[in-house]
This record gives sequence, structure tokens and C-alpha cells, in this order.
Amino acid sequence: MFYMKAETLISVKTVTMIPGDGIGPEISAAVMKIFEAAKAPITWEERNVTAIKGPGGRWMIPPDAKESMDRSKIGLKGPLKTPIAAGHPSMNLLLRKTFDLYANVRPCVSIEGYKTPYTDVNLVTIRENTEGEYSGIEHMIVDGVVQSIKLITENASRRIAEYAFEYARNNKRTSVTAVHKANIMRMSDGLFLRKCREVAENYKDIKFTEMYLDTVCLNMVQDPTQFDVLVMPNLYGDILSDLCAGLIGGLGVTPSGNIGANGVAIFESVHGTAPDIAGMDLANPTALLLSAVMMLHHMGLHDHADKIQTACFDTIRDKKVLTKDLGGSAKCSEFTAEICRRVQDLD
Amino acid sequence: MTTRSVRALSGALKPLFSPRSPQGYVVAVCHQTHKSTYTAPPARYGGRHTVTLIPGDGIGPELAKHVCELFRFCCVPVDFEVVNVDSTETSEDDINNAIMAIRRNGVALKGNIETNHNLPPSYKSRNSLLRTTLDLYASVMHCQSLPGVRTQHRNIDIITIRENTEGEYSSLEHENVPGVVESLKIITRTKSLRIADYAFRTAREKGRRRVTAVHKANIMKLGDGLFLECCKEVASGYPEITFDSMIVDNTTMQLVSRPQQFDVMVMPNLYGNVVSNVCAGLVGGPGLVPGANYGENYAVFETGTRNTGKSIANRNTANPTAMLLASCLLLDHLKLHGYASMIRKAILSTITDSRVRSHRCYMQYVGGIQLLLLRPALYFDITLNMSSPLCSSCTLLIWEVRAPHLKWSSPSWMQSRALDLAHRGTRNQMTVRLYL
Repeated sequence: MFYMKAETLISVKTVTMIPGDGIGPEISAAVMKIFEAAKAPITWEERNVTAIKGPGGRWMIPPDAKESMDRSKIGLKGPLKTPIAAGHPSMNLLLRKTFDLYANVRPCVSIEGYKTPYTDVNLVTIRENTEGEYSGIEHMIVDGVVQSIKLITENASRRIAEYAFEYARNNKRTSVTAVHKANIMRMSDGLFLRKCREVAENYKDIKFTEMYLDTVCLNMVQDPTQFDVLVMPNLYGDILSDLCAGLIGGLGVTPSGNIGANGVAIFESVHGTAPDIAGMDLANPTALLLSAVMMLHHMGLHDHADKIQTACFDTIRDKKVLTKDLGGSAKCSEFTAEICRRVQDLD
Repeated sequence: MTTRSVRALSGALKPLFSPRSPQGYVVAVCHQTHKSTYTAPPARYGGRHTVTLIPGDGIGPELAKHVCELFRFCCVPVDFEVVNVDSTETSEDDINNAIMAIRRNGVALKGNIETNHNLPPSYKSRNSLLRTTLDLYASVMHCQSLPGVRTQHRNIDIITIRENTEGEYSSLEHENVPGVVESLKIITRTKSLRIADYAFRTAREKGRRRVTAVHKANIMKLGDGLFLECCKEVASGYPEITFDSMIVDNTTMQLVSRPQQFDVMVMPNLYGNVVSNVCAGLVGGPGLVPGANYGENYAVFETGTRNTGKSIANRNTANPTAMLLASCLLLDHLKLHGYASMIRKAILSTITDSRVRSHRCYMQYVGGIQLLLLRPALYFDITLNMSSPLCSSCTLLIWEVRAPHLKWSSPSWMQSRALDLAHRGTRNQMTVRLYL
């Protein structure tokens, strides 16, 4: 009788790791260590995404990074710096264009142990990431008059609405709210809203509501518990997702994921590179860790995801070993070691 | 009321409502475009001002009624010219009448007019039309933490100044190719300079230290870049005021974690919408903050967050504070400062002392303000009719009424009675007679 171990049946998945700049390498190393302690079936392929000028003079990411991402389909990215006068567009924009990352998903859940004036926040913001106000189409018509174009297309609106409802269904969410300003931007947000309504017809099990952007902002700061999944165009998404991040404690503890066409997904930490504390072992890896947990959920490895998340939240709740930005005085390595210890205890 | 109390009442009211010495109805000479002091429209016909009142939709008509009631009660020398705007009509006659009335009177008090966005795009938002036609370029909202209102953050005092006529609200949209819509956001140098100048002037007049410009110039380099440049240019003329700038997403994040760091904020139209609504939410909600729209020649006052409140219309649950405070701003604008401060003080004491939970008992709230204003007579009969059973907070309002200017407050036996009634809790009507 052949006896096969359960572990050998789970295939090991490859993930492209982009450490990033500043504190990026430290927090990426921390995450890899925690994953090892949790025995997650992931192998990491580290790649660099500094922009290079390709044939034809267009800026692009290095071909080996692109090839690795196309193969693995899943990426985990640390913070990338955008030099001001480098001549090339921001790296995030380049990645977005290369892999057609159309949806930015940010689940905002209150962290027990990291106290903010808002408790019991549990919502997800899904933001259209390719068009809208950030199309970058601007002209100076005459001296002193500038026109910026906000582009809304049917296809992009339908795609994001479909993703939002799929996400709600897969994650057992009860309602989806479309955020818009169709009373003022009648045609553009009107089109977005119409597409959301059409897609909602196919998902009758999920409640669909529409709300003006200003009403959402007003209600969000008074009672964030009334919201579940929010779907919106680019600019509103930018503002609202940062607002929600502020509710749970800031960008240092907020995970984020970018979903692209062809099944590509890149999960990232959205905070900055913090060059002032780079290399000093003071960084807080929570944001990247929670993004990595989101990645595990996306890949279907729910057990490992829950284990790591519980270990991380328990560490924060205990308040004994915390990095400086969370209110403690421990080093990044100590914080990581504590989480690794808890993960191993949970086994 | 008995004749004795009526005489006592008129006697009491005289010192409060002493007639102002007739101000010279000299229309101050208009200087050039940037007037530092606005001249209120002169009062005609016996010293009474005429103000256009546009009730609007949703809770607008009820709030307008409260304002009229309160003004009549306080004998404020303001007559309202009511102009109704029907939001279901597609013709623009109604709104043009309203605009003409405002041109005639110079000032207006308005409720929000609903925009049915299922109508074709040629139907423009009525509120937006009013603002752009009258060139009400500055929308000002002063968000202050109120003592009686419990919120997550304390000690907030932010003035948001929002450009009201251009930016994303230009209503210029087209569909070149089916399925692809372009919406134009226009930023001009003149309007940006104008709003920045307004912001700095206001900061200087009110003794504020810091002006923050909110923008997204890292993405919209030309548009918001121009706005920021104009703000910096104007800032150089006000050396005593610190000027800094912040990106809008960082601003919202800072507002929910540490709102006390902000002082005066100036921004283009859409960011102004977001930031002012966040600030209003932080100090207690849409029912508490008044808003004002100022132009070169006209001023229109409304609730700060401009909601129609369709879901709570006609149910006696809307909070009238925002509209009543907006009417105080109106009175200040007309230079009727005595009335304005009296009403404002009464409103704030009602909120602080009476601990009103307005979603249950706004009706009694307005009664509360009137009680505080009047010198009490022999007794008052107050009848409460509520759609929901008596709640303890409502009872508290009646029994704990105080008249600060008389140093009178309800005796303790009244307060214990209140708790007793509250526990019985099923009556919908109660008549209370307060002997004084």
C-alpha cells in the first residue's frame, strides 16, 4: 500500500516578488520569512522593475520581469519610488499599462489592537484603474485656460462592475454600492451607472445600491459600518480608498491588490518607500503582509492565509512587540520573528 | 396668554429688539473687482429686507417653514419672497424666475433642488445653473465641533472654501464614439486667482493662520498645476498667512485621523465637494453645518452639504439646525447682527443644554428655541404629539429647558418626573404645563 503525504499533493506555486525601493527589500524579506514559517507552498522569483528604454524609444519594464509575471500570473510588489525628473512615467503606471491592471481592490478591515476612532470597519473599495480622470489627457486651450479630459468607456465600466459583483459573490459579501456623481456629470457617470445597473441584473443575489460621492463621504466618516463593497471610477476610487485606509489606521496597515486581464494579479503595499528609515530595520511589514494574505486568498490557499493573518493580528493585539509606527519600539526583525513564532505555534 | 403676560412679553422684548438707528442706505461705492467688504443690499419699504426663498425638494419646504416661523417669532425685519422651482419640469422657466428674483433682491435662502439623473443630459442640474448664472464663485463652509454633539473627533475648526463655478462641474460632455464619453474639466487662471484671493482675504479677516490648497497636481499636472500656481501667487501677497498644499487623497486620510491640523482649505470644485462633506460628517453630520455661496453681487445661503433628504421628507425628523444657522449667516450678511447672534446663541444653547436627538424630536427642538428667546409668562402649555412612543431624550428636552438669560432652570422634581414618564413609555401625547 502506498502512503502519500498530503503535502506532496499540493503543487508549489510561483510568485514574482518585486521588492521595490527604500524599505521594500526589508519588508519583502520579512514576508518571505513568515511564509517559510507558515510552510506556504510558494516559491519566490525576485525581479527588478526599473524602467528601461525599449525598442522604438518607449519606456518599458525589463523583459525578464515581464516574462516572469506572464508565467506566474501572481505578483507581490513592495513600494516603488518615482524619481521626479527621470523622464519616464511612474513605475506603477508602467506596470498598470503593461499588464492591463484594471481593478484596484482594497479591503479595509479594522485591526483589533490598533485603535482608531472608527471601530468595526469592514468594507472593500473596488476602483476602476485604467481610465476616468486619470487618462492624462490635458491641453492648454488658450493661455490661462486648461482642459482635462475625463474618459469613461462602456467596456471598462462593464468590466469593473462585473469584477465587483464577482468579488462580492466569491467573498460572500451582501451588497455592492456604485459611487458616482451623475447629477453633475450626467453623461459620463451616467454611463458608468447604467453599466453597473445592467450587470446587477445578472447578480440578483447581491443587493445593488447607488449613492452620490458626497453622501458616501458624509456617511463614511459618521458610520462606516453601513458600507460593504463600493465600486467606482478612478478619481472617486482614489479618494475614497485613501479615506477608508485612514479609517483603519493609514497606509501602513492597508493591503491592496490590482487585478488585470488574462488572470494577472499584483498585490502591493501602498505606502511610500520611506527613505529616511530604509536599511535601519525599523519598517513595519504589516501592509505587505496583509497584501500577501490577500494574494493567498486569491490563489485559493485559504488555510495558510487565515493562519498568517491570525498570527499577525494576535501580535498586534498583544501590543508586546510592535514597530514604532504601531506604537511600540521593536525592530522589524523582532516583529517578524514574533509573527513567525505564532504561526508555528498555530500549526 | 393673559394680557398681563402679553404686556410682560412686550416689555421683555423691547430691550432685545431695540430698533436699530436707521443706517444710511448709502450704497457704498463699488470699487473694482476685488471688493474687500461687500455692501448689503439696502433695506426698502420701512427698513425691511426682502429675501428670495427657494424651498426646494425633500426636506427643503419643512426647513423653510421653520425659518419663516422663527423669523416671524423674533420679529426679524425680513420678508421672504417664495419662488418655487419644480424639479420635475424640463423647461428652465422656473429656475430663470428664481434667478431673476435673486437678482432683484440680492440675497437668497435656498433648499436643494433635486436632479433626476434619469432625464436626458440636456437637463442641467438646477442648483449648478443657479450658481454659474449668478457667478457665486465661492462656497464657504465653516465646520466647528459643537459642544453638545458627540463625534469621534473633538476641537475641529475648519473653513472650507470651494470654487463653485468651474472645474469638473462645467457640464461639458460629449460622446464622440458610441460607448466612449468625454467629460471636460476646465480650470482657468482668472477663476483660480479669484478663489485664492477670496480664501486669503477671508483668512486674514477672520484671523486665521494657515491656508491649505487641496489638489491632485501629481496626476493632473496642467489643470491642478495651474490652480496650485495661482494659489502660490496669491499667497505671496499675504506674508502673515502660512500657505501649504496637500494632495486630495492624503487630505482625506489626514482628515479622518487628525482633523485638528487644518485651518482654512481652498480647492477646486470636486475636491471641495468631497472635503466639505467629510468635514461636515466629522463635526456631526449634514443637519448641523450651514453653507454660504458668495459672488460679487449676490449671496445665496443653504445647508452646507446640499442634501435633499428625500428619505426623511415629511416625517418631522429633519434636523433644522443647518438651515437655521444658514439663516443666521443670512442675517449677518444683511448686517442684522443683533438678530443673528441672538438666534445663534439660542440654537447653540438648545443643542448643548437640551441634548436633542433630532431624529426623534425636532419639533420640540424648534419649540425649545422659542422658549429660550421669550421671557417666560405665567405658564407655558406644551403639547407633544409624536409619531413614535415617548422617548427619554424627548422628555428630557421639555423638563430641562433653561432660560440662560433669566438664570432659570427646571427644578429637580420636574426632572425626576421625566424619568418616571419615560419608563412608562407608550404614550404618544403629553401636555406639559410649566409654571414659572
